[in-house]
Amino acid sequence: MCATCGCGIDHEHSLDELHDHSGGHEHDHDHDHDHGDHDHGHESADSVDGRIITLEQDVLRRNDHLAQHNREWLSRRGLVAVNFVSSPGSGKTSLLENVIRRDEGRGRIAVIQGDQATDRDAERVRAAGARAVQLNTGTGCHLDAQMVARALEELAPEPGTLVAIENIGNLVCPALFDLGEQARLALMSVPEGADKPLKYPYMFRGASLVVLNKIDLLPHVEFDVGFFRDCLRQVNPDVSCLEVSATRGDGLSELMEWLAALCAPASAEGETA
Amino acid sequence: MHELGVAMEVVEVATRRAGGAHIRRIALEVGVLTAVLPDALSFCFDLATAGTKAEGAELELRTPPGRARCRDCSRELRLERPFGRCDCGGIDLDWLSGDELRIVELEVV
Repeated sequence: MCATCGCGIDHEHSLDELHDHSGGHEHDHDHDHDHGDHDHGHESADSVDGRIITLEQDVLRRNDHLAQHNREWLSRRGLVAVNFVSSPGSGKTSLLENVIRRDEGRGRIAVIQGDQATDRDAERVRAAGARAVQLNTGTGCHLDAQMVARALEELAPEPGTLVAIENIGNLVCPALFDLGEQARLALMSVPEGADKPLKYPYMFRGASLVVLNKIDLLPHVEFDVGFFRDCLRQVNPDVSCLEVSATRGDGLSELMEWLAALCAPASAEGETA
Repeated sequence: MHELGVAMEVVEVATRRAGGAHIRRIALEVGVLTAVLPDALSFCFDLATAGTKAEGAELELRTPPGRARCRDCSRELRLERPFGRCDCGGIDLDWLSGDELRIVELEVV
């Protein structure tokens, strides 16, 4: 039984099963089955009013529902997941490699690696010392909650693990898809231009933390950090921003502290559960 | 191009709900602040409906305006983009409408 919605699917073993209840539900009444956030798609056509069927249904509800199950699955095990989003080449994998090395092989970080093709990035983070599952989306431009559900089962992280989900390098599409993560970390690097938050507002608006990477390049590129922070404030007034050089190590201690703070409550919850 | 995935989900939900009936029209709310491009969605909709009970259906797009309330002065303002500045200078805004992505209704025959 799923505690989130009481839907009867045992998510311990079948997290990736879609909640397709349409087959077995027959209803004799003619009202719309809207249960607020958790309408399970009782998609029988019994609410036909003339020829108009009223739905009022969020298009992404199925993904949001699965994401909520992922969140529950994670929290029951005392796990925290962070969704790393950025353009291609901002340094997500380099950042992860260095975070993993700072973890000193304690194995508290596991990675779900999303790319359109190849398992090169999974190999890189494995070489740095973390367990990793590679997801290839083929032509897909973002990860969704169902893909992550499958990857979580395969990864089977130990309690207390930080699950880093490296999304497809894309500042547009991943913004729309909740994966069930506890936090979303948006990364950008100084060569990309200081006005990027205004150009890709959705991604920065949804971020729990923004990391400005490659600050070692500041002397070589035109990048006004103050202007960048002003742009960021316009789309996400409350978000914190860390200035980091993944390769040189600047700001990584602060990032490790932020990640540790994120993990602390989850670990406590997992231990008492 | 997440619009293709969005269009496929719309068709999936709609055809299932229609219970085998042919769908003539799908009304969809796409707020102006939603990260979905209506033109791209319309283009993808034709691809997503091909070979389904929604083939040939009209996609009726409704676009609720972007409205927000300033947290500093409580005034309401219109937003054309997913950020903005109130006349008082405030940028900390609560969105009131414009981020909808919702199937409103179907017309079936």
